[in-house]
Amino acid sequence: MTALYLLIAIPLAGMVLQARLGDSRAAGPWNVRINSLAFLAALWLAIDIFNDGPSSTNGGEFRVDAFNVYLVLLTAFVGLTTSIFSAPYMENERLHGRVTAKRLRLYHSMYQGFMLAMYLVLTTNNMGFLWVAMEGATLATVLLVSLYRTPESIEAAWKYFILCGVGIAQALFGTVLLYFAAGQTGDNAAASLQWSVLFEHARELNPQVMSLAFVFLLVGYGTKIGLVPLHNWLPDAHSEGPTPMSAILSGLLLNDALYAVIRCKMLVDGATGTNMAGYLMMGFGLLSFLVAALFLHRQKDIKRLYSYSSIEHMGIMTFAFGVGGPLATFAALMHMTVHSLTKSAIFVTVGHAAQVAGTQQLEHIRGLIRTQPAIGWGLLIGTIAIAGFPPFGVFTSEFLVLTATMQLYPWLTPLLLLGIVIAFSGLFHHIQPVVYGPAPAGQTPVEANLWPVVTHLVLVLWLGLAVPGVLSQWFEQATKTIAGSLPL
Amino acid sequence: MNELIDHPLDEQAILFIAALVIFTSFLMLAQKRLTSLVGVFAWQGFLLALATALSAHTQDIPHLYFSAALNLGLKAFLIPWMLIRLIAKFDMHREIEALLYPSITLTAAASLVLFSYYVVLPIEHLSTLATRNTIAVSLGVVLLGMLLMVTRRQAIAQVVGFMAIENGLFFAAVAATSGMPMVVEMGIAFDVLVAAIIFGVFFFHINSSIDSLDVDRLNRLNEMER
Repeated sequence: MTALYLLIAIPLAGMVLQARLGDSRAAGPWNVRINSLAFLAALWLAIDIFNDGPSSTNGGEFRVDAFNVYLVLLTAFVGLTTSIFSAPYMENERLHGRVTAKRLRLYHSMYQGFMLAMYLVLTTNNMGFLWVAMEGATLATVLLVSLYRTPESIEAAWKYFILCGVGIAQALFGTVLLYFAAGQTGDNAAASLQWSVLFEHARELNPQVMSLAFVFLLVGYGTKIGLVPLHNWLPDAHSEGPTPMSAILSGLLLNDALYAVIRCKMLVDGATGTNMAGYLMMGFGLLSFLVAALFLHRQKDIKRLYSYSSIEHMGIMTFAFGVGGPLATFAALMHMTVHSLTKSAIFVTVGHAAQVAGTQQLEHIRGLIRTQPAIGWGLLIGTIAIAGFPPFGVFTSEFLVLTATMQLYPWLTPLLLLGIVIAFSGLFHHIQPVVYGPAPAGQTPVEANLWPVVTHLVLVLWLGLAVPGVLSQWFEQATKTIAGSLPL
Repeated sequence: MNELIDHPLDEQAILFIAALVIFTSFLMLAQKRLTSLVGVFAWQGFLLALATALSAHTQDIPHLYFSAALNLGLKAFLIPWMLIRLIAKFDMHREIEALLYPSITLTAAASLVLFSYYVVLPIEHLSTLATRNTIAVSLGVVLLGMLLMVTRRQAIAQVVGFMAIENGLFFAAVAATSGMPMVVEMGIAFDVLVAAIIFGVFFFHINSSIDSLDVDRLNRLNEMER
């Protein structure tokens, strides 16, 4: 468990360090270094878990099992690659005078603060502390959304703060109800908020209170996942903040909020013995998926376009977890991985594309392949991957979701297929002229580091062709614990 | 909870305070002046701390005293003080906000309280009278806080609504479960404090951006036009 303590201590130290030197030229490289250290710690933790199985700290406050270990690794990885992208990007923003020294310090410090909150969300075993860490993630990112201090960004940040604050308050009410149900069992051990204890005693929890609690928890954490109709903050926050923020919000925060919902669902499933929680998630997921796919068509801002695509994919995952059963759960776990890799790669290229064109307006970004081929191709391949084309990983996981739906709820398959087609046409209708077409005058190449993009896309391709043994073992174990709590 | 039945007087006291708490929520909805709104909010924080200390006494749970003190310091003194200072700084202490449809708002508020009693029905057979009532009241406070946020346009009033929601959650935790585990409670208090500070920072940003704290004017990001 030394690795776990390191994983938490490194971003904490990084936060303090960056609060001091965040405005110097060395801040970007230091951000990369701190994230590399955290990634090494995560790797160490993963190797430990792979060899010894699930483990928890002495008091049981932290617990790592197959379900969260791969998310920890993914979080550390995306955090690292995004920081590699962030260094030259923020340097460029500074040269253009868009950020002051003070804001740069805030940015670098809160980058680490956000990573810390994410690691805490994933590794904590205490449902109450999970809430605290999730709220901490909001607090860390809210001032970053308004980093540029434009009227739009301030509005977006205010919306983000109010909506997520109110939303997540619902989750706290759900957590209180959860605690109430645990207290009712009369068992002292269960009268804590530790997830592992609650999971063992799930059958003794009062089903009615648990169903009520789940409604609040789903609405609360669902706001952070960006489920329709609670999604309003998401496109604004993604489009107005600095692009590295968009990449980690989309790639990490949404995943981790979904993770929290799944942990709650496992408890509720055990208590109620029905698929009540699953049906709720299917409904919300499908609605988000379809609405977001339609909204893709009318976007004019490139970052808003891809944030709607994030809502759409979070919808698919929520839906798949709701369907339940081994196949759908496996697919959802895999989709979490590939979506987060692909989407953060896309936001990295989008960030560069916006710097090349000097705007985020889709109609003014044209002919990227001519101006800077690497960025153009990166965007094109990323979009192909996210739209669910073979041989990329997104295709595999979406195909699995479709198969599982076909088995359990055949009448929903046409809706899913329709949504996928609508989303695909929406994305390509916008991206095709952005990538091809003549380049307008005044578009100049920028200094860009595209290694993060290449690495991510190669990984997604690899996952589409074959899931490596380590990962599939974790997926299978996680699938067993998640789907196993529900009698099918 | 059994101890509560042995102390009918204490139970009555807590129920009485719960009634006062929901009453303060209604009062907040009807306040036109920002300073008096913050004042009512401070009273609500004080009542919550009182209820918590009373629960700590009747159920003999020492750590609840600590939460009571924490809540008193944060919600009854520190945050109201910060808000009053900001109101003075933005020179808004004389400003009177026209409430949109006050009677409809209050009727809606009453129905929300009824609704929260309905929602907690499943909990009914699980617990004593006091708990059932207080959970319903706390959910009511949460919902009325949301209503406050929806009906107001001033950023400061919205923040009061936000903090009132936190009050409701805190009350729920005390009433239903005699307080969350200590580490969680500390974490929540920390989050609330940081949120209050960030809100303060935001007021300045919003003010410098739209030259007012009327958040209705924050309307650039509209899905219809984009």
